[in-house]
Amino acid sequence: MHPRPLIAATAGLTVLTAALTGCGIIGGQSADLQIYSARHYDLEGAFGQFTDETGITVEFISGDDAELLERLKAEGADTPADIFLTVDAGNLWNAARQGELAELDSPVLEDAVPEDLRDAQGQWYGLAMRARTVTYNPDAVDPAEFDTTETYAGLADPKWKGRLCMRDATSAYTQSLVASLIDLHGREEALKIVQGWVANDVEIMGNDVLLLEAIDAGSCDVGINNHYYLARTLAENPDLNVDLFWASQEGAGTHVNISGAGVVEGSDNAEDAQRLIEWLATDGQNAFVDGNHEYPVNPAAAPEPLIAEFGEFKRMPLNAEAYGDLNAEAVDLLAEAGYK
Amino acid sequence: MTGTGVLAEARTPTRGLRRTSGAGRPAWSAFVVVVAVLVATPVLAVVLDGIGSVGDTAPPRGIVAMVLTTLALMVGVAAGTLLVGGGLAWLVTAYRFPLRNVLVWLLVLPLAVPAYILGFVFLSVFDVSGPVQSALRAVLGPDVWVPEVRSLPAAVLVMSLSLYPYVYLLVRAALIEQSAGTYDAARTLGAGRGRTLRRVLLPLARPSLAAGLSLVMMETLTDFATVQYFNVQTVSVGVYLVWKGTFDFHAATQLAVLVLLFAVAVLTGERALRGRARYHQQGGRGQGLQPERLRGARGWAATALCIAALAAGFLIPVLQLLVWAVGEAGKSGVLTDPRFGEYLVSTLLVASVTAVACVVLSVAVGHAVRISGGRIAASAAQLTTFGYAVPGAVVGIGVLIAFAAVDTALERAGVPGGTGILVTGSVLGILYAYVIRFLAPAYQAVDASLAKIPPTVTFAALSLGAAPRRILARVHAPLARPGVAVALMLVMIDAVKELPIVLLLRPFGFTTASVWVYELARENFWEKASLPALVIVTAAILPVVVLVRQARRAETRGRAAT
Repeated sequence: MHPRPLIAATAGLTVLTAALTGCGIIGGQSADLQIYSARHYDLEGAFGQFTDETGITVEFISGDDAELLERLKAEGADTPADIFLTVDAGNLWNAARQGELAELDSPVLEDAVPEDLRDAQGQWYGLAMRARTVTYNPDAVDPAEFDTTETYAGLADPKWKGRLCMRDATSAYTQSLVASLIDLHGREEALKIVQGWVANDVEIMGNDVLLLEAIDAGSCDVGINNHYYLARTLAENPDLNVDLFWASQEGAGTHVNISGAGVVEGSDNAEDAQRLIEWLATDGQNAFVDGNHEYPVNPAAAPEPLIAEFGEFKRMPLNAEAYGDLNAEAVDLLAEAGYK
Repeated sequence: MTGTGVLAEARTPTRGLRRTSGAGRPAWSAFVVVVAVLVATPVLAVVLDGIGSVGDTAPPRGIVAMVLTTLALMVGVAAGTLLVGGGLAWLVTAYRFPLRNVLVWLLVLPLAVPAYILGFVFLSVFDVSGPVQSALRAVLGPDVWVPEVRSLPAAVLVMSLSLYPYVYLLVRAALIEQSAGTYDAARTLGAGRGRTLRRVLLPLARPSLAAGLSLVMMETLTDFATVQYFNVQTVSVGVYLVWKGTFDFHAATQLAVLVLLFAVAVLTGERALRGRARYHQQGGRGQGLQPERLRGARGWAATALCIAALAAGFLIPVLQLLVWAVGEAGKSGVLTDPRFGEYLVSTLLVASVTAVACVVLSVAVGHAVRISGGRIAASAAQLTTFGYAVPGAVVGIGVLIAFAAVDTALERAGVPGGTGILVTGSVLGILYAYVIRFLAPAYQAVDASLAKIPPTVTFAALSLGAAPRRILARVHAPLARPGVAVALMLVMIDAVKELPIVLLLRPFGFTTASVWVYELARENFWEKASLPALVIVTAAILPVVVLVRQARRAETRGRAAT
């Protein structure tokens, strides 16, 4: 490298950086509302419809919840974000606890969202609901084998030895299910349940779709899945040999979790932000949840046809504080039980 | 020692030159220190955060197992890449066999397939519901025994296949760059071909081998996506597990500090492996190592070996991605996505700016260390490479913290709104974080080249009155050229594949191919993710092609000169 190439390289670098700046890629927002979203399913559709109806433009970036929350905290009052949209009640609870979400006073939302699916102070509101329940291969399992009162705990019974498949301990789904078991039964009892799964040689899978494929292939008899993965896989392959069983219907009900949103404390357009959340919880419910086969939180909205076929079910009331507060304990418990 | 050959100054290590006169040299020292501070600040911010909160939270359960697993994985992958990368480098350098001239370059391609993509393809083929096990069950019955697919050995295998090119590239460069005279001298003194290889050439390649292995081990250390597919809980997985599972960023940074300690151990190990020896090549012309022709079956066996590595690390996964992409296109009726071009451009743009920035900094730092002498510059230079051992998300948050601090300081100084623009996530922030993260591969490659320049050359230039700047331009930079080419490619490929940083720091409307893959893969839309995954592979192949053309020309020139 002679002097000229070296200078050329430096000059080129400067020009490129300037080009990136010029493109407006270095910061700068163009829409009325900015959203940080840890939820990815076809947001464009719902937001596009909102813009058509109200004229308010929306842009979003997707990311991981924990990272986006740290970004919100670091940006503080200068944040460009107006809405924080995330998955898992524990994440919403945590964002509120860290003081990143503003308290809303919205009769519309209080009316649309059931009490346990929103924050008492109005810092966040659930908008879409997923159920985590038992799935099975009908060739290998008679649904009468399931414990109808304590279905999750019942899988610790030795009769399921070598027949179980579940998600990994790093999965938020596993953690919040175990957190709800701790909330329901106390730590000691919950530990026994998880130890029972481990003693049954539970096979750990890296994602829900693999789990469903394993049940379909017959290498597992029973798994625990989010209902929409089953719906999605069924939509692609109607012959999938997997059925759904609503857990604990004669007991506490099936474990559910939510996606939800809150207005960011540092928002400079809180009014429009609230309007969007209200729209998502009412007129926009189906646009927001149907694409991902989730249940609307608003009882006035109907679930889409494919999941309507799963039938109605009783859900375990959602205790966001327990999910959030007990999540750390769930992680610890899973490690103690040797659940990987 | 005079004439051709090697200067092995084991007893009196020469750390550049003792400081003599010349106003330029403290300035060069200061330059290295400034670079080190800029690189280290965000990492340090996180470390301080971690240390500051020690005692507030108990270490997570299973931490000992995590540490042991991390160790086992790192040692396993190091051994695997040494075997595959080092072995192949030797094979293509020492022997001639059918298709060798093409395979030499093709063997670099697995670098273009991110380990997390290779891992997923591996699982989709070999896991319980994949075609291999299904076929086995169909033939041998449902209870056929198969080795555990989600396991540490499988993770070691996949990561070795994906990372071996680091070792391959650096070792091959080292074997080629060695002066012909060294080899000829050994032969003249009566050593046989094999003995010269074992006793002279390979030991001389040790620094490059060490550099390659340390890159591999740091890459293994910070990976958290691939290992999770295989249920392997390393400390890096622990960082995420604690961070997301307990909603406690501070507790997670403590584990990040533990990851950093591993990196210190790797770098210390690298130095130990290099020994205190400094091998410098001195000129000399001669025949050098002439590859021996392998005939008949042995030749084809060598070809088959290379193709097997290439197939496992590149051909099969790319083919699988293509099959998925075509199947997906058949389903949706769309072959290309309009975003394809846009994402490719933004990916390449950021990657090339990062690569050039890292290489310019590396050459300048390497030069400064040699000009200024002294321990300060040398230690500061070492510090610049730590970013590679910090998980991307942690670097990203470090940058956020640092930018936010600058912002607050500016506001206090009376600038209205501070830098606002910096804090809101910007490409500038992404570039900064990338440079922190990827200065190590650039510096390792450049430094490995510079290490072969005898200090006497630098000294001669100085004593002839050349200004340090002139020495940089006329001596160090030209001699570092092979390393520069490798460095450019390594950083570009790394930057193309990078995910956590761009995910965290990107501004609205800025998406790279890796983010696109992430958004789909996160929801298990793997077939849909195959198209953007192919964009990544394509983007990573481009620098490989450029490097190959350049290296080929250089080798032809070299051959013409002797």
